[in-house]
Amino acid sequence: MAAPKILMQRGLDRPDDGHTLEAYEAAGGYRSLRKALGMDRVAIVEEVKKSGLRGRGGAGFPTGTKWGFIPRDSEKPKYLVCNSDESEPGTFKDRWLLERDPHAVLEGMAIASVAIGAKLAFNYFRGEFSFPLRRFQAAVDEAYAKGYLGKGIMGSDVDLDMVVHFGAGAYIAGEETGLLESLEGKKAMPRNKPPFPAVEGLFQCPTVINNTETLAVVPWIVEHGGDEYARWGTEKSRGTKMWSCSGPINRPGVYEVELGVDLMEFLENECGGMMEGVGLKALVPGGSSVPIMTVGMCVGAKMDYEGLRAAGSMVGSGGFIVIGDHASIPDCLHNLAHFYTHESCGQCTPCREGCGWIEQLVGRLLDGRGTQADLEQILRLSDAMAGKTICALADALAWPAISYIQRFPEEFAALCPEPVDMDALTAAVDRHKHVLPAA
Amino acid sequence: MLSPGGIERVDRIVARYPRPLAAMLPVLWVVQEERGWISPGAMEWVAERLGTSPAKVQAVVSFYTMFDDRPVGKHKLQVCRTLSCELMGARRIVDHLRERLGIEPGETTADGTFTLQEVECLASCGTAPMMQCNLKFYEHLTPERVDALLAELRSREPEWEDVDPVVYERPSDAEFRAMMPEAT
Ligand SMILES: Cc1cc2nc3c(=O)[nH]c(=O)nc-3n(C[C@H](O)[C@H](O)[C@H](O)COP(=O)(O)O)c2cc1C
Ligand code: SF4
Ligand code: FES
Repeated sequence: MAAPKILMQRGLDRPDDGHTLEAYEAAGGYRSLRKALGMDRVAIVEEVKKSGLRGRGGAGFPTGTKWGFIPRDSEKPKYLVCNSDESEPGTFKDRWLLERDPHAVLEGMAIASVAIGAKLAFNYFRGEFSFPLRRFQAAVDEAYAKGYLGKGIMGSDVDLDMVVHFGAGAYIAGEETGLLESLEGKKAMPRNKPPFPAVEGLFQCPTVINNTETLAVVPWIVEHGGDEYARWGTEKSRGTKMWSCSGPINRPGVYEVELGVDLMEFLENECGGMMEGVGLKALVPGGSSVPIMTVGMCVGAKMDYEGLRAAGSMVGSGGFIVIGDHASIPDCLHNLAHFYTHESCGQCTPCREGCGWIEQLVGRLLDGRGTQADLEQILRLSDAMAGKTICALADALAWPAISYIQRFPEEFAALCPEPVDMDALTAAVDRHKHVLPAA
Repeated sequence: MLSPGGIERVDRIVARYPRPLAAMLPVLWVVQEERGWISPGAMEWVAERLGTSPAKVQAVVSFYTMFDDRPVGKHKLQVCRTLSCELMGARRIVDHLRERLGIEPGETTADGTFTLQEVECLASCGTAPMMQCNLKFYEHLTPERVDALLAELRSREPEWEDVDPVVYERPSDAEFRAMMPEAT
C-alpha cells in the first residue's frame, strides 16, 4: 500500500482555497491541537519521539529528542521558532506548504509550543516570501479570531501568541543560530555551540527551532499517533518526505513520498523522466550543499537518510536537482561557489577566504587558465574548511567541491591547457575525501 | 521621517516583541516601503526608536541584501542566477535584460525606471527561470515574456499590495532548449 500524503493531500485537494481556515477545518484541522491541550506535555513529546520524525531542515535530527532537551524546571520563558527561511538552492517545499496549507504549519507550531511550554512562537520567513508570508499572516489572523491563538486558547488555560517575522535577504539566516541573531535584530552571524538553543536560544532563553515541514507533520502525528507515522518509511527514516524537484525533467515540482523509495523510479514516476533529448548526467538529491551523484550512483539508490548516505550523498533539505547532459559540471560548481562566497557571513577565516578562493580557482579553470595545481588547491582548501568553522556553511561548499572533482574528474581535467596526471589527481582526491559525509 | 500611518505601524510592530531591538528588520522594511530606500537620516531615526546606535542599524542594513542604502530604480528586477535556474536558462534571461535595458546587473537605467540585479535562489527552482520584480515573483520566464512584462512595467507604478506570484505556463521543450546552456 502506498503511504498517505500526510503533508500534501489537503493542498492538492483544494488548490484554490485550501489555505483558508474553513477548508482546513473541513478536512479535520485543529482537532490535534484540541487533543494536545488535553494531553500531558511529556506525552506529546513521547508521541513525536515514537513517530521517529527527523528534522526536515537539513540535519535530520530527531524532533522529539530536540523537544525533550527543553529544561522543564527553568523559570525563563521558552520560545518556539519555525524556520521558514527556505534558502537552500533547489528547495521550495516549505513555500508550497506555507502557500497552500498554512494552517497545518500554524497548528504544528501551536502543538510544539504547548509541548515545550512556550507562550510565544515565531515564524521566521525569508524576506523574499511576501506571498507565503501574507497567506500565513491571514491564517494567524483567522486563528486569533477563532480563539485558537491568544489568551486561553480553545478555552484552555494555555496562552499562546504568534509573531510572523521576516528577514531581508541572507541565506545564513536559515542556520538556526544565525536565525536567532537575526530575530534579535542583528546581523545573522551564527553563534558558537554549545550552548545549544534548547538551553540558551532566543534572548538567552530555551528555544526550539524546527523547519516548516517538520512542524507541519506534527498535527498528523498527534491525531493518528506516533506508531502510525512510524509504519511508513524505513527503520531509521520514518514517514514521508517532500522533495523539491528541478532541472530538465518533464514534471518539476514538489512531491511527497514515503522515505526509502527507489531513486530512479522516483525520477521516472514523480518527475516524469528527463525532458526529451536530454540525458541524465548527475544528480544533487538534497539541496545544493550535498555531494553530487553520478548516474551509476543513482541506480539502486534509496531515498532516505541512510540510503542516500550509502549511495554517497545525503537527504539534506530534499532539493532534488537533476543535471542533464547539456550542463558542464565545472560550471555548476562555479555557480555554487559564487553562491556560498556571496552568502558566507565572514566571521570564520577558512569559510570567508576559502569560498572566495574556490570560486576564483574554478573561474580560472573555466577561463582555460587552470592547472593541475589549481585542482589540488581546491581540494586542499575544501579540506581546510569542512568541520572547522562555526557553522556548516563551509562544509556546504567543501562537499560539492570535493565530490564534483572526485566524480567528474575528466570534465575538470579537460579544462586545463596542460595535460592532467589523472593518477595524481585521484591520489589528491583520496587524501581529502575523508571530509565527505560517510555512509 | 515616516507618515503618521507608518509611525503607527512601527509602534504596533515594536509592541509585538519582547525587546524593541528585535523589531529591527520589520521596522526597516516599513522605512524602505515608505521611502524607497534607507537613508542615513532614516537609520538615525530607527536607532533612536529602537534604543540602539546608528552604527548598529547601518551594519544591519548593509548585511541584508534586500535593504537598499541608496536610491534604486522604480522597478527592481532581480533575476535568480543559482543552479536550477542557470540549468534552465537564467543566463539567457539576464543577457536579454542587459540588452533590452542597456545596463549591467547592479546598475539602474538612466531614466531611473529599472534596476537590474542577479540574486540567489528564490525557492522557485521548479518554475525556472524566474525573477522577482519588487515584491512579486514571475516564474517560468522566456525572453518573449520578459519583453511583455517590461512593456507593462513601463506603463505602471510598482505593485506593493498584490504579491500573488505570476506563474506562466511551462515553456515548451523547444523554448527551454533555446535558453539552456550547452556543455563546454
Ligand atoms: C548554512 C545553513 C543554512 C540553513 N538554512 C536552513 C533553512 O533555510 N531552513 C531550515 O529549515 N533549516 C536550515 N538550516 C538548518 C538549521 O540550522 C536547523 O538545523 C533546522 O532549522 C532545524 O530544524 P529541523 O530540526 O526541523 O530540521 C540551515 C543550516 C545551515 C548550516
Ligand atoms: S562557517 Fe561561514 S557562514 Fe558559518 S559562521 Fe563561519 S563564516 Fe559565517
Ligand atoms: S535556483 Fe532559481 S529559484 Fe532556486
